[in-house]
Amino acid sequence: MNPELRSKYEVVIGIECHVQLATKSKLFCACDNDSRDAEPNTHVCPICFGMPGTLPVLNKRAVELALRMGLALNAEYPDNLHTKFDRKNYFYPDSPKGYQITQFDEPIVPGGFVEFPLDGELKRVGVTRAHLEGDAGKLTHPDNKDYSLVDLNRAETPLLEIVSEPDMRSSAEAKAYAKELFNLARYAAVSDANLYYGNMRFDVNVSVMEKGSKTFGTRSETKNLNSFQSIEKSIEYETRRQIVAIENGERIRQETRGWNEAKGETYSMRSKEDADEYRYFPEPDLPPLVITRAMVEVQRNELGLLPADLRAELTAAGLPVAEAQVLVADPDAAIFWHHVVSLDPEQARFAFTWLIGDRVKLADTTATTITASALDPAALVGAGQMLAGGKLSSSNAKALLADLWLASADPLVRATELGLLQQSDTGELGKIVDEVIAANPQAVADYKAGNARAFGALVGQSMKATQGKGNPPVINQLLKERLG
Amino acid sequence: MDLKRPIAALAAEVRAGKLTASDLVAASLARIAATDSFHTVLELNPQAAHDAEIVDARVAAGEDLPLAGIPFIAKDNFLTFDTHTTAASNILKPFRAPYEGPAILRLKAAGAILVAKANLDAFAHGSSTENSDFGPTKNPVDPTKVPGGSSGGSAAAVALGQACFAVGTDTGGSIRLPASYCGVVGLKPTYGLIPRTGVVAMGSSTDVIGPLTNSVADSALVLDVLAGRDASDATSIERDTEAYVATSGDLTGTRIGLIKEYLGAGLDTKIKDQIEAMVSQLEARGAKVEEVSLPATELALAAYYILVPAEVSSNLARYDGVRFGHSSAGATDLEETYRLSREEGFGAEAKRRIIIGTYVLSSGYYDAYYKRAQKVRTKLVGEFSAAFDKYDLLLGPTAPTVAFDLGSKSQDPLAMYLNDVMTVAVNLVGVPAISIPLGTVDNLPVGLQLIAPQRAERNLLAAASAVETIIGDWSAR
Repeated sequence: MNPELRSKYEVVIGIECHVQLATKSKLFCACDNDSRDAEPNTHVCPICFGMPGTLPVLNKRAVELALRMGLALNAEYPDNLHTKFDRKNYFYPDSPKGYQITQFDEPIVPGGFVEFPLDGELKRVGVTRAHLEGDAGKLTHPDNKDYSLVDLNRAETPLLEIVSEPDMRSSAEAKAYAKELFNLARYAAVSDANLYYGNMRFDVNVSVMEKGSKTFGTRSETKNLNSFQSIEKSIEYETRRQIVAIENGERIRQETRGWNEAKGETYSMRSKEDADEYRYFPEPDLPPLVITRAMVEVQRNELGLLPADLRAELTAAGLPVAEAQVLVADPDAAIFWHHVVSLDPEQARFAFTWLIGDRVKLADTTATTITASALDPAALVGAGQMLAGGKLSSSNAKALLADLWLASADPLVRATELGLLQQSDTGELGKIVDEVIAANPQAVADYKAGNARAFGALVGQSMKATQGKGNPPVINQLLKERLG
Repeated sequence: MDLKRPIAALAAEVRAGKLTASDLVAASLARIAATDSFHTVLELNPQAAHDAEIVDARVAAGEDLPLAGIPFIAKDNFLTFDTHTTAASNILKPFRAPYEGPAILRLKAAGAILVAKANLDAFAHGSSTENSDFGPTKNPVDPTKVPGGSSGGSAAAVALGQACFAVGTDTGGSIRLPASYCGVVGLKPTYGLIPRTGVVAMGSSTDVIGPLTNSVADSALVLDVLAGRDASDATSIERDTEAYVATSGDLTGTRIGLIKEYLGAGLDTKIKDQIEAMVSQLEARGAKVEEVSLPATELALAAYYILVPAEVSSNLARYDGVRFGHSSAGATDLEETYRLSREEGFGAEAKRRIIIGTYVLSSGYYDAYYKRAQKVRTKLVGEFSAAFDKYDLLLGPTAPTVAFDLGSKSQDPLAMYLNDVMTVAVNLVGVPAISIPLGTVDNLPVGLQLIAPQRAERNLLAAASAVETIIGDWSAR
């Protein structure tokens, strides 16, 4: 698109994110909530199948996780928050009861905000609300068949729908917001947050308006995006499509759109011109739920570190903001780093570099996460301190950590066993250096005549004499002292 | 064998080995066959004789069963394993339940035996049992009259002595009204006292399960088995720790409010006379009876016929021809599956309520109808609560008239809805009430209604038992 044309317009973005909560059972029944690889309709019971006479029973754990996520979203809870459930009525084969149990006007998360760094600044996006609801089942439409298939394994899986304010003004902001929600869901440990399995799904509302305008344009809603890239690309596509339409004098229709990943295009699914008629009313089968201060505080205590806490620690340790994001996006490694730093702040940089570098390769080759590995923060501190103290070369430090990744051991003991320790004792090394100088008069003469390469040869001879275990900077220092 | 004898006595004889469950079930099945022209029953339980043998074995093994060998009939909106569960509707005609709820399970555990499923207005929508998709039930006293509804099959079955008791449901009067028309005792407990799980939902916020029996004592005994919270129903409540019994209490000092609005225009004067005669009797026995006005009760019927259809429209959405029940053979796509299955499967009254409910919940109408009706409900709760500050019990007729002619109101839904005018407020408020046979008018039974505060079933049953004693003395005279 012509950049000049594009610059006439401003895009306004709001996001609804469905987070699948990591409960053991479904939202209203005892069925297993994890049916990722299960045969269709094997994780169902009369309740989630919508049989006559069945009643929903609210999953306590889902309420706890929703509250915890609410705190991660900076929600402020009054002493007693009155929440309730409502029925959203619509016919579709993936909705076995003919209505969805959701929360219409008294959500469990009353609002909050999300903050994240973007282009060197801290961006804040408002959260309007987040509510609990049961997921729908899954429909498949086999090719060339005159039927569709309904799988209700996913029906009544607990979802927390997080609704943002229309606070985002670029696809990059929207993507960063979505990534931050992804971070928050994992730090708060409320969801498996596996995008491949649709544990987090995003609906993106996009409208454009002329720059400086105070009135938002008509929005489209692109539904069911499950990757950060598709969020970014669909917003860019929608922005272009809407600008072109407006420039052509067309009216933007309020509609629901889908995303065609292969074509990189959105497509119209249904018009929303006629306001949705969901006939919401209070769910008579579930009593209202009062969230007490005590319930909230239990979850506040459960809530560990959040991305903002880690960013502050990383900044305090003087680490570059952009790279720090890489570590923040990896909660297990970031929390590991936090533990390392609380044991020895001096190891902040070494641990950071190792965690975002060699650790990633190690996790890959061993197919083991850092949490599942044998390595603990104290061992990483030990290796870092030996490196700093000259007892380990940096390559041997990596080798030691690779070994401790597989089996837990005392770092010093293990480095000794593996012969990884380097010699830094000036007395011992001094004798060796003296011997090398005595044995290589020609090199000494060359060096003194100004041949820098001769010095390298002397270092090499000294290292060889230590069988590679001498500390190179120490040897350099000793040679320089002696040769003047 | 007379199945109208007190349940406690029959069960005691079974426990003592003087009678067997098999005897009682055989008597029940024989009586059902002999009186089948009343069309109380939709399906017999083919396992009843087998179940009776099992109960006899349990008794022989020394189990102390409060309802040992007692045959009962369940309204066909209770899910039961061994029969179909149709809710008297074509859309559920082929349906067989994959589970049973706490009410049925508790009765079976107590030694009761399900012998049959009773007729009802389809999905419990109605006051005469004429809305059954499988034909009406006839009044046991006069087969040209309706038995009332929606638990008409259940009430008539008990009156005919087809079983020792029946379980029904009461959403706006569906136990009390047919009890009144058929001359049996019908108890509507506090909302939530008996878990609703396993009963086809009508109006979820007012549906209750309750017994239909030949005496207050029988009602108490059955309630005692049925009552109590169950984890499967989040709206269910804890029972009293003490047993529910019907010990005829001393009425001295009992404060009773006579509901003024139920005695006005529309009430058959002969029924009014009987109520007033009973009031004198109660006063003679030391009760203090005063007229009390509950102005919002005049709005209760209108509010009820907004709120309950709203819930009905949503509760009936699951009958869509996709997973169970009737699915139209003629459908060629999804929309037709919905449209035809529901068109063929639902009767006129269910459709009427779906349309009303859909309308009152629609945007633009919600505030004017649903929300306003909720305000009436809140007002009713307040008025009842204020009345119970002054009175231990409220009293009135159960229905404005005695049973009417079959077919006389079936073309006039509004006239039909008016039968519920004295019962719906109790459901909207959630308090317990009982209909007791008071006498007859024009040779047809008349019911007296007693209403108590929430969870005051024990007081309600004691007073009902006292009233029953007075009536017994009357009849004896």
